[in-house]
Amino acid sequence: MELLRFEDVAVGYEGKPVAEHLSFAVHAGDYLCIVGENGAGKSTLMKTLLSLQTPLSGKITYAGALKKNEIGYLPQQTEIQRDFPATVREVVLSGCLNRSGLRPFYSGAQKQTAKKWMERLDITKLQSKSYRALSGGQQQRVLLARALCATKSVIVLDEPVAGLDPLVTADLYALIGRLNKEDGITIIMVSHDLSAALTYADHILQVSRGSNFFGTTEDYRASELGKLFIGKAGDSDA
Amino acid sequence: MLNAHDTTVSSALENIRSVFQSMGVALEAAPAKLDAYFTQFKFVKFALIVAILIALCAALLGVTLVLKRYSMIGDGLSHVAFGAMTVAMIFSLTPVYISMPVTVLTAVLLLRGGKRKLGGDSAIAMLSVSSLALGYLLLNLFSGSSSNLSGDVCSILFGSTSILTLRESDVILCATLAAVVIFVYIFFHNQIFAVTFDEDFAKATGTKVTAYHLLIAVITAVVIVISMNLVGALLISALIVFPALCAMRLFRSFRGVIISAAIISVFCAVFGILLAIIFSTPVGSTIVAADLLAFVICIIIDAIKRGTKR
Repeated sequence: MELLRFEDVAVGYEGKPVAEHLSFAVHAGDYLCIVGENGAGKSTLMKTLLSLQTPLSGKITYAGALKKNEIGYLPQQTEIQRDFPATVREVVLSGCLNRSGLRPFYSGAQKQTAKKWMERLDITKLQSKSYRALSGGQQQRVLLARALCATKSVIVLDEPVAGLDPLVTADLYALIGRLNKEDGITIIMVSHDLSAALTYADHILQVSRGSNFFGTTEDYRASELGKLFIGKAGDSDA
Repeated sequence: MLNAHDTTVSSALENIRSVFQSMGVALEAAPAKLDAYFTQFKFVKFALIVAILIALCAALLGVTLVLKRYSMIGDGLSHVAFGAMTVAMIFSLTPVYISMPVTVLTAVLLLRGGKRKLGGDSAIAMLSVSSLALGYLLLNLFSGSSSNLSGDVCSILFGSTSILTLRESDVILCATLAAVVIFVYIFFHNQIFAVTFDEDFAKATGTKVTAYHLLIAVITAVVIVISMNLVGALLISALIVFPALCAMRLFRSFRGVIISAAIISVFCAVFGILLAIIFSTPVGSTIVAADLLAFVICIIIDAIKRGTKR
């Protein structure tokens, strides 16, 4: 089932395109990684996908089951959050807000949703802890739970492992993989980490000036653009 | 020379001694004085109610402003309100009718878009000093006949020198607006949390971030204008910032911080007013001094808690 489709979309700021001719589709259950060099427009594309900004041209369709604002989102951490007084439970519950309309308090069903995802992500015992006192990996799990509360099917992750140590990184990737395989959550991830993208994702969208690539991970490995980019990434790793 | 210096010092000491002496006398007379105030002047009761409501509003809003790094906007807006008030005085209008719309408009402009930072540091500094200077200038130019210019200015800047100068219409207006602000805040507290904690997430998942920013801006302006009666333009920031900072030292949940900030703020306001009556000190600065004291106490409690944890 198709969830969303980009047709020849250009994204950018103030009329200046950063990335152009983006065409791709995301189906239910996909694990899509958006890769590309710094400044290629990955983040801009992601913000457009989340309706945080409008596309410069082209057409974006959100399919029946997926409403525009039902995409869960794991943003990068902000300065404000570093000393923000909030418990884990409060942060996770705030993900349910988009379905509460104008009710002043959360409903039982919403609390249930929050509880379910906290259990799934193994952070139930942290729920009355302060968010700012958690480790980086724990904080990402909390924000992931919040993202899951905001959606029924799709989450968008922005560099989810930035700043985490290797062990925690592997843990988080494994967790995201399980959410995809076992819970059927569609994953759209923006990442620098090409090797992880090749390991976990089943589709790759490479954004770069001039030519973009969209296809399955196997096709990407075989493509000229993919070979070039994988080679480059390998060089910089070494 | 030496002798002259000695006399200055000793007369200063004498001064301090006499202040403490009169404070002691005031303290002894306190129960009778409080009793007299509360039974004779109904405005004292009104003032206390107004102070509680204002303190509550300022604390609720303060948590949001402090967390969003908007503390200085409150300060800037209060100066704008001062400027607007002087204009109202020149034309002999009810100050609130001018200062409220002007302040609301400025707040909306400053907080618009939230992230876009139209209200950058220097812009706010510029805005606040200009309105302060122009306000004072205009007042001097156009109300030459007024005999008590510096007294008027002083009471706008530092609040009513005595709570007895609050008029009944002020009291009713304050109470109404404060009640509205508190209701709105309680009703939308989840949305306000979401917008404060993570604007992008809230926007991406369908919360109308711009609308809530507008709401926060309007509330900020309203709170500042109604607080001017109590503590004056220069001291409003204290009322907004201190309770939030105190509460953030003590609690780790958002709800805990909000509730304790409200309690601390109300307590300090009441305590400050009672002290002001007993010692005949200016209300605004006494309340702020109480807030500062509360903050110091909170720092100490926090330090002790951290110390015992280690």
